[in-house]
Amino acid sequence: MGFKDYCFRKSLWVFHFGGASCNNCDIEILDCLTPRHDLERFGILLVGSIRHADVLLVNGSINKRDKDRLLELYHQAPKPLLVVAVGACGCTGGIFAEGITFAGPVDAIIPVDAYIPGCPPKPEAIIAAIVKLAGKK
Amino acid sequence: MAVNLFYFFIFPGLLFLAVAGALLSWFDRKISARVQFRKGPPLLQPFYDFFKLLLVKETILPKHGSRFVFLLAPVLAVFGATIAGVFILLPLFNINTGFRGDMLVIFYLLTLPSFSYILGSLASGNPLAAVGGSREMKLIISYELTFLLLIAAVIMKSGQHFDLNTVIETQQAGHPFIGSISGVLLFVAGIFCIQAKLAMVPFDMPEAEAELASGIYIEYSGPPYAMIKLAKYIMLFILPAFLVALLMNGMKPGINILWTVLKIPGVVLLLVLIKNTNPRVKIKQASGFFFIWMNLIVVVAIVLIAFGL
Repeated sequence: MGFKDYCFRKSLWVFHFGGASCNNCDIEILDCLTPRHDLERFGILLVGSIRHADVLLVNGSINKRDKDRLLELYHQAPKPLLVVAVGACGCTGGIFAEGITFAGPVDAIIPVDAYIPGCPPKPEAIIAAIVKLAGKK
Repeated sequence: MAVNLFYFFIFPGLLFLAVAGALLSWFDRKISARVQFRKGPPLLQPFYDFFKLLLVKETILPKHGSRFVFLLAPVLAVFGATIAGVFILLPLFNINTGFRGDMLVIFYLLTLPSFSYILGSLASGNPLAAVGGSREMKLIISYELTFLLLIAAVIMKSGQHFDLNTVIETQQAGHPFIGSISGVLLFVAGIFCIQAKLAMVPFDMPEAEAELASGIYIEYSGPPYAMIKLAKYIMLFILPAFLVALLMNGMKPGINILWTVLKIPGVVLLLVLIKNTNPRVKIKQASGFFFIWMNLIVVVAIVLIAFGL
């Protein structure tokens, strides 16, 4: 792992995209930033602008309206960009997989680097995924 | 010539300012984390952030708006902050440059980063950045008068000397200015001016994470954003250093060096504690706060100085 790559892995700034979510994953993601789980010790910050993002965190089922927004955000982000799908809905579609407005799981729209299954995933699972992502070649 | 280049680029200049500022930025984040009962980032986190933005990330230019000004603004910010830092730190380390009247130059150079943020945000063509830029303008109008009055009060207290070197020498020969009533009032006003200049939380409406999504910096990515980060690190170091030079005795050589080095993190600690215990104010409240209360405090201090207190 070179110097550039090392710096990138040590400083992942996260932009959070919530699709048509039931908000359970959002709450668990926010839990990771609270004092108990403190993701800032890995250098992870939640940023407000997609231009500063290194990780695009997608949760919730992606319906037909969300699809355009997600694609737009993906194209607006500076590369290299890692995409993480959180929760059963983000990974596969979950219970919404056969809904009429469902536009496919996240990896059918943009390339995904990590999947965090669970409905909702525990904060520990999210942290485990982030650590794996930070160590990934 | 070589000495000047060394001053500008290496020792009190760019390299030293950047490293010291980055470490202070880590201190800021670590103290914030400890206040919130978190663990906080590792020591080298600001360096990781900077090098990631500089070396790894891609630069995206805005489709609408002026690309030239957009890219020039961060460079201008680093430039202004660095020159101001050199002018502040040379007297602070007891290196006499023989430059009379440098306090006013420092005052103008310290506004350069804020002005270039405004330029960059308005050149990006983003509506949220425009809102942030206009807020930054109002904030500058609010605090600059107080800051200028503060410098005027210090000049008056040191016996009409316009150069930072003599101000520090006057304090080291007698007492530090903060040891008097007027000095304490000036220190309070100075802390709030620095808070507004750094856009820290009671006065962070230009960035406004919550509603503007980092406002004036919203369109920056990659190396230009790294430059902005660098300018912010440098400002976090030189503004407390300026306050230490103005009111707190500067830096004494010899055995006192540890105590004097600890003054700057002390001022930063105070700033961070204010940041972590206060909510953001509205721009109208910030203007009122500076126009009425802070100016009043500084004017009272000037009157006290005239009576020799």
